[in-house]
Amino acid sequence: MKPERPPIVWRVQSATKLSRIAGVAAAVIVPLLFLVPAVASRNLLQDLIFVFTMLALAQLWNVLAGWGGLISVGQQAFVGVGAYALFAGVTLAGLDPLLAILAAGCLAALVAAVLGPLMFRLEGPYFAIGSWVVAEALRLGCAQFKPLGGGTGMSLSSGALASMTETKSVATLFDIRTAAARDVIVYWIALLLVIVITFAIYVFVRSRLGLGLAASRDNNAAARSVGVRTDRIRYWLWVIVAFATGMVGALVYLQKARISPDAAFSVVDWTAYVLFVVVIGGVRTIEGPMVGVLVFWALQYNLSGYGSLYLLVLGLIAILVMLFMQRGIWGSMAARWNWQLFAVRKLLTRDDS
Amino acid sequence: MIGGLDTLLEGVLLGGVYALFAVGLSLIFGIMRLVNLAHGDIIVLAAYLILTAMAAAGVSLGVATALTILVMFVAGFALQRLVLERVLGDDILPPLLVTFGLSIVLQNGLLLVFGADSRRLQAGAFEATSINLAPGLSVGLAPLIALVTAVVVVTLLQLLFYRTSLGRAFRATADNPEIAQLMGIDQRNIYAFAVGLSLAVSAIAAVTFGIRSNFDPSIGPARLLYAFEAVIIGGLGSLWGTLAGGIVLGLAQTIGGRIDPEWQILSGHIAFLIVLILRPRGLFPAGRR
Repeated sequence: MKPERPPIVWRVQSATKLSRIAGVAAAVIVPLLFLVPAVASRNLLQDLIFVFTMLALAQLWNVLAGWGGLISVGQQAFVGVGAYALFAGVTLAGLDPLLAILAAGCLAALVAAVLGPLMFRLEGPYFAIGSWVVAEALRLGCAQFKPLGGGTGMSLSSGALASMTETKSVATLFDIRTAAARDVIVYWIALLLVIVITFAIYVFVRSRLGLGLAASRDNNAAARSVGVRTDRIRYWLWVIVAFATGMVGALVYLQKARISPDAAFSVVDWTAYVLFVVVIGGVRTIEGPMVGVLVFWALQYNLSGYGSLYLLVLGLIAILVMLFMQRGIWGSMAARWNWQLFAVRKLLTRDDS
Repeated sequence: MIGGLDTLLEGVLLGGVYALFAVGLSLIFGIMRLVNLAHGDIIVLAAYLILTAMAAAGVSLGVATALTILVMFVAGFALQRLVLERVLGDDILPPLLVTFGLSIVLQNGLLLVFGADSRRLQAGAFEATSINLAPGLSVGLAPLIALVTAVVVVTLLQLLFYRTSLGRAFRATADNPEIAQLMGIDQRNIYAFAVGLSLAVSAIAAVTFGIRSNFDPSIGPARLLYAFEAVIIGGLGSLWGTLAGGIVLGLAQTIGGRIDPEWQILSGHIAFLIVLILRPRGLFPAGRR
């Protein structure tokens, strides 16, 4: 008779030691970030707004392209629509700017919902150029909209901005001018947006839907045969990403307070930079864009004065990364040392008791 | 009446240029499923090369074009073998990002070298010559030759694809690269040849376009979009369809521009979206598939 062996127990596990530490660290750091305006200079605050909005856009593009397989080079469409919706809401409808940001997200989502079925008719890589055409068409359309300044654009009047709720109380709280108080509010919203977006992506990627999308990306036929409704998940992902992108666009232009079709629908500002952030950090990881945005910020801070040479270097770096380090900085490190701060992988572990 | 005819004629002729933009793009996509996001910037690059050859070496437009076609073919071959080959695969993200990066690099490189001024290719007397078709209706020789060139290029490519062994190798690789390779076709060379051919056609597109309108380093992406719209309007997989797609796009832009100059480009985009709504496979889709 064989000796009785203890049964082997297999468990599906996501969390790792590092991801638990990261969770605790986030719980400490995030509340501190909300307190930054109390000590930071206005310049630093504006830099951080830039970092957070770029990070939010990068995370959104990453989930759309990396997980959803929807490689869009036309996300500037939704930044632009969001920005224009904000200006329309504030100057034409007299909305409170904060409410207008929400309305901007809704309009961007509506545009995506209508155009989505059309775009999805384009196969794989042609979807990419198709999204660019749509962005161009929307840019030209907005340039025809004379009440918002047509092709030359317009500025938000300080009167319209002053109506923003809470600006006065923030101004008295920190004892600063209203313009600076507006930056504080924009900073808080940017931080809130980036946290909500990152957390939502984390939850989505871990969910059945995220798993289904990953499966259909790896093998569409196999995923469909086990009942993954790829098309439907992709459609809603596309719409929700547009909603969030529209809100980020509105927020960015609330801070800039000046809009023009060429700037709001700029493929360099809202797609090329965003792609750079994702590529350099690592596609298909939540940590990647965070690393990428820091690299991008450093480059932007030191080199953006060089104009086209700077852009040329960014393009070259992106090509080299794609050729020799396809997983990006974070992706390569994570693969080498088995790191993950966001526990999104499901690992099968064996309990030997 | 003559005014209307004039607009239509102009649109058709403009379509010839767009078809030349589009052929290079659909060539690569048809054979290797790769969309070259730098296609528009490559056309602009070719236009600058022709310009430089004429200015620096003092050669005529024809010689400069021939030289540029050769250079672009070699550049395309090298681009595929040295760069694109490394990222081609099941995942469509890396090649798209590489060509997008290439687009940014070309655009800003051209800006650094040539500046932001708009240029034009000088074709001498030929540029201003026009032919009278009817009283009050004349057509410029240069645009007419652009359309004729487009027809000739499409005819030659059609012959290449369906009458030569190289064309058979192209089609076989497009259908199934693995089996084609089993049959002794060198897939790497076929792909490199396709990209070279695409860039050579881009040089032809560049000369027809550079004679009739100004160009500067920033206009590449718009050429890419026109090329893409012509391909989709015409229908995937058919070269004659692409020619027709270019003409439809040219007509849409010219008619829109005649109504209101600011609407010229937008009408092209709208025509594209309408075709996508009504005929998602294009107006003249290929029979197979």
